[in-house]
Amino acid sequence: MNKKSRPINVGIGDLLGFAWPVTAIASIAHRIAGVVLFVGIGFALFALEMSLADEQGFNGLKGLIVSPLGKFITWGLLAALAYHLVAGIKHLIMDAGVGETLKGGVIAARVTIFLAAALIVLAAIWVIRG
Amino acid sequence: MVTQVTSMSRSGVSDWVIQRITAVVLAAYTLCIFGYLIMHPDLTYAEWSAFFHNTGIRIFTMLALVSTCAHAWVGMWTVGSDYLQEHTLGKKAASLRIVYQITCILMVLTYLIWGINILWGN
Repeated sequence: MNKKSRPINVGIGDLLGFAWPVTAIASIAHRIAGVVLFVGIGFALFALEMSLADEQGFNGLKGLIVSPLGKFITWGLLAALAYHLVAGIKHLIMDAGVGETLKGGVIAARVTIFLAAALIVLAAIWVIRG
Repeated sequence: MVTQVTSMSRSGVSDWVIQRITAVVLAAYTLCIFGYLIMHPDLTYAEWSAFFHNTGIRIFTMLALVSTCAHAWVGMWTVGSDYLQEHTLGKKAASLRIVYQITCILMVLTYLIWGINILWGN
């Protein structure tokens, strides 16, 4: 095969030229959420360390989480986790051979986005109520 | 065949399996922790500390930590390999990719050591 005609992965510069079916949106969102969570692990470990250190640390962390910025970061990481978890379960179900058709993929992507959106709203309520 | 020396297990098939096994562990751990937090809305330090002193929870947390590190390595490697390429970044792609991969690997190992220290350090 000629080098120019080889299939390639999607490049950042090509993005606007592509159609974005719901399956593609569900897929790229899974990746973006994964990268966000990779950075988020640092926040999670920081929070775990502080919360387990002593009573003062535990209460200090509570104070950080209820601040506006703390609430936003907490909600953002919960949102990424919710989406990544739901999309991951979709992956495992499809790996098991369920819904491996174009129609099945579209339905699975829609259900993923719907369920994740519901969880993200619930996470917002949970975080705002403290 | 070129062996991918920076991928987690040096084998795509093995990475694929690792990604799924760790995903199941992480899904179970996520449900466990959030289930606990939702059932304890007025959580105190004493309760939280006792929860993490439980050997079962410590082992489960350790499993989740190791799973997180493996899962993140496979995932970040895959994302980097897909997008940090010549057709997106030009000739510098290979060097940028190795810098990205080494950064990811060092972050993964830092998270692992930090997590072990939090769990078993005291």
